[in-house]
Amino acid sequence: MRENPSPKHGYPGRLFVFEGLDGSGKSTQAALLGKWLAASGYRVFRTEWNSSELVSSTIRRGKKKGLLTPTTFSLMHATDFADRFERTILPPLRAGYVVVCDRYSYTAFVRDAARGCDPDWVRMIYSFAPTPDIAFYFRVPVKITLQRKIASRLKINYYEAGMDLGLSEDLHDSYERFQGRIKKEYDRIAVTDKMTVVDSTRAVEPIQAELRSAVRPILQGFPKGEALLHDS
Amino acid sequence: MTVRTYGTRLPGLPPGDLSGKLVVIEGSDGSGRTTEVDLLKEWLEVEGHAVVDTGLRRSNLVSEEIDRAKQGHTLGATTMALLYAADFGDQLENKIVPALSAGSTVLADRYIYTLMARAIVRGASRDYARQLYGFAFRPDLVIFLDARPEILLHRSIGKYGSLDYWESGMDLCLSRDLFESFFLYQDRLAREFEWMSREYDFHTVDANRRPEEVHEVVRELVATLYGGKPPSRARRRLTPRAPSASA
Repeated sequence: MRENPSPKHGYPGRLFVFEGLDGSGKSTQAALLGKWLAASGYRVFRTEWNSSELVSSTIRRGKKKGLLTPTTFSLMHATDFADRFERTILPPLRAGYVVVCDRYSYTAFVRDAARGCDPDWVRMIYSFAPTPDIAFYFRVPVKITLQRKIASRLKINYYEAGMDLGLSEDLHDSYERFQGRIKKEYDRIAVTDKMTVVDSTRAVEPIQAELRSAVRPILQGFPKGEALLHDS
Repeated sequence: MTVRTYGTRLPGLPPGDLSGKLVVIEGSDGSGRTTEVDLLKEWLEVEGHAVVDTGLRRSNLVSEEIDRAKQGHTLGATTMALLYAADFGDQLENKIVPALSAGSTVLADRYIYTLMARAIVRGASRDYARQLYGFAFRPDLVIFLDARPEILLHRSIGKYGSLDYWESGMDLCLSRDLFESFFLYQDRLAREFEWMSREYDFHTVDANRRPEEVHEVVRELVATLYGGKPPSRARRRLTPRAPSASA
């Protein structure tokens, strides 16, 4: 096996993370980058962190009964992420894949901080998740994400709007305030965690071009799929 | 009680003290914990105190998920540790906090210590476990029922007619032999309870005796919370660990 471990996390694979508010365009960009990587011959594994069955049924039930608190909300999501990490992220990373994650532990750092959890505690909980090779933060004003959401007729969900925090009776108003808190936290950790900030108010194409240039140096000398299958 | 956690703040907690008391009964499966909780509850109620008892894995939030996970044996160690922590958090905030603020005595049949010990023997570091449960309240009293593995064995067989898969730690693959695995697993748990007993200020009670005798000692300890005289017979030392199964 070719050993070419990442300087960031020590596994043979590479880990690319996409972070940002809902509606920031990160998922579109992650999909396009994954396509390009696969077309270039890399073994790619793409994964997104939305609520899995394990957690979504609990969250549904918790919401109905008003049981979820910031702490249990945080722990349920951590459970869900750990399950994904242990089952779907770590194995391809160890096998030498390029793993493209649409949301990673940073999502929890910002969301739980916006709910009032102790940031150090949240980071400690996620300490099993290694530092990625690169973490993109798709920076965009909250107003734009809300417009995109309304334009695509997506429903705003209760927790996404932070309705459990009682910031406002109005769903849209609460959404703006809560997402505003999250954005502030993203802006802060983008610096402390040395994330790669992408101005996501632009069109899709120039952003994608920027991402490709950003990952090229990381893939320097990294084996393509063909090389993993047999010795030449 | 004056609310103090083990380090992490609990967001959304009403300000001020909670008027109830939190008493924790810890111990391995077969140590007589549940019997003791029942006796203690009866006694406290006769004395005129409102009592709410709580155990692990009884919350509405994730108990189904835990049961399902156990059926399938598919969850990883970190995932399982976090799922149990979520379940505990739910009980703390939705059951223990309301009971304490209503002035009740909460009798906890196991608390974070069992969860920590289980997580650690399954690969979590002590530090991770300690910090994960940093949001838990410091109880007014933690009583650890300490029984020899041989006694635990006989009580377990008496209870289940056999040995329980999980209480024998069979998921750890320590041994394919249930009997041997039970001793290896209990030994590992005991090692974790040992350091916790110092760090978390356990009052260790010799539980190798009959339930009535154990209860007498426990009752004296609990009475001190209500202005009773401090007990003389409670020991704070663990029984030396007996030779293990392979002997």
